[in-house]
Amino acid sequence: MQQVFSIPKSFKEDFHFTFCPGCDHGIAMRLVAEVLDELGIVENTISSTAIGCSVFIYDFLNVDCVEAPHGRALASATGVKRAQPDKVVFTYSGDGDFASIGLAESMHTALRGEKITSFMLNNTTYGMTGGQLGPTTTIGQKTTTSPMGRNKEYYGYPIKMAEHIALCDGTAFSARVALDSVPHINEAKKAIKKAFQVQLDGLGFGFVEILSSCPTNWKMTPEEAHERIRGEMSETFPLGVYKDITK
Amino acid sequence: MKSSEKVLIKGNYAIAQAAVNAGCQCYFGYPITPQTEIGEYLSGKMQELGRGYVCAESELAAINMVMGAVSTGVKAMTSSSSCAVALMQEALSYAASDELPVVLVNVMRTGPGLGYIYPAQGDYNQAVVGGGNGDYKIIVLAPSNVQECIDYTYRAFYLAQKYRNPVILLADGLLGQMMEPASFGEYPYPEVDTSSWALSGANGREARAIYSCAREEKKQIQHIQDLYKKFQVIAQNETSYEEFMTDDADIIITAFGSMTRNIKAAMNVLREKGIKAGCFRPITLSPFPTERINKLASEGKDFIVVEMNMGQMFKDVKYAINGKAKCDLVNRPCGEWLSVEEIVSSVEKILEKNYAASV
Repeated sequence: MQQVFSIPKSFKEDFHFTFCPGCDHGIAMRLVAEVLDELGIVENTISSTAIGCSVFIYDFLNVDCVEAPHGRALASATGVKRAQPDKVVFTYSGDGDFASIGLAESMHTALRGEKITSFMLNNTTYGMTGGQLGPTTTIGQKTTTSPMGRNKEYYGYPIKMAEHIALCDGTAFSARVALDSVPHINEAKKAIKKAFQVQLDGLGFGFVEILSSCPTNWKMTPEEAHERIRGEMSETFPLGVYKDITK
Repeated sequence: MKSSEKVLIKGNYAIAQAAVNAGCQCYFGYPITPQTEIGEYLSGKMQELGRGYVCAESELAAINMVMGAVSTGVKAMTSSSSCAVALMQEALSYAASDELPVVLVNVMRTGPGLGYIYPAQGDYNQAVVGGGNGDYKIIVLAPSNVQECIDYTYRAFYLAQKYRNPVILLADGLLGQMMEPASFGEYPYPEVDTSSWALSGANGREARAIYSCAREEKKQIQHIQDLYKKFQVIAQNETSYEEFMTDDADIIITAFGSMTRNIKAAMNVLREKGIKAGCFRPITLSPFPTERINKLASEGKDFIVVEMNMGQMFKDVKYAINGKAKCDLVNRPCGEWLSVEEIVSSVEKILEKNYAASV
């Protein structure tokens, strides 16, 4: 019998899945693992982990990991890369870590053109703490700290990281992808691979913003959550490649 | 500058060159007076040597860059001063919990808040007690002259890797900015093998994860106890201090860092006046030489603590004495260093107060 589906080698065999039902972290981590397999780099890779749901990447991937405090993953990754320029270095953060508390580190890592790859899962809320208003919460979205919805006069606007990172001269690749459907997941994998490839080619900072669902905190079914990504979320955060210096 | 030949050199440059000699592979820093020369000196040096240097966007970023670098088994450091070291307290707590060999140089200025660039010793508590969360301890070394800035920088890198624990070199603006003759010699410690824990990519072995989050209660309890036990070993092996003429002394003047310089001179003046004074100077502020101070106090020797803050080490000396002897404080919060004359006259006044009845 032909085996048509297996867990990537870069994924641990004995993991205990801790994410909520319908959460897209599993898909995103799997895509990262598949790309590490395909590029054959997992044995040469080090990750600086973020805080929030994404911190548990060290439970799932067969990758050496060092913990960073909340928001400091890209500073930690910069230290790893400057100490070990021949290693592949990546970060995997949520939007709170990357775009709020760690915004200075994220922008400056891109501006310095660090040869690092960073992924930011955008689920428009602080997932681990139970769904508060975050830097990416969309206009009108209800959260536990915007119970009447995000009103721009009161709360200001969501941040568009893929566009901001693309504006940094040190960025080699910046894209926004989504995990709501098979075609989008395939596109997401291509972008993840490209973000690693620009690091391997020494071209600069590689970044992918990944629109992903948080059904628990959005109080939706997984299907409704993916519908939201396709609709309102994609309107605020349009998918696409915002910078690719190889083209 | 690797020979035993003496050179006239400023404290900040001495620390920087000692870091180079110690094999520091990466420096990350953000400017703040009075330590900026360390980063300026290393910016050129590290590039010349093909090592790592980043002008970090903040002190938060700088110390986290150090944590990333040292997690791969290399030596790395940052340097800063008082109010900016305050920004690094979170990272120090993480580094202690993650057992990362971070080296941090604090060239103290005045506080609290922005304070000013006068020399001071107001960060004793920040360094020794720490401003981060949870139960953790940092090794703290206090140099008193430029030669010791070199020697203790070497020791800081060695102890950090030997015990996988953060180390603070606690200097001050006086030491950072003064020039003295000193020699670098060679880095005197063996290289520590970091291969059993350092991150290098999971090549032919299980993936490693360095983190402080133990979700199971038992594991968290075990982790905190293990860290505590490790520091007991550090205290056993590494507690260091210097004593001068304590054998026959009735009164022991105690100070740390650059304040040590003037208490030695004051001791000599007091001896000329017939007062049996001695000096005691902790070199490791953490671990603190509690047992030795307690022993001296048990022998009936009283203590006077001289420091440039409102009495921070004073509390640790009193704790060590544990009621067995008298303990007084001579201090100034910051600025002009307490002169030999000021120390002598303060000591005389204290002696008059304490012993008036018996004289």
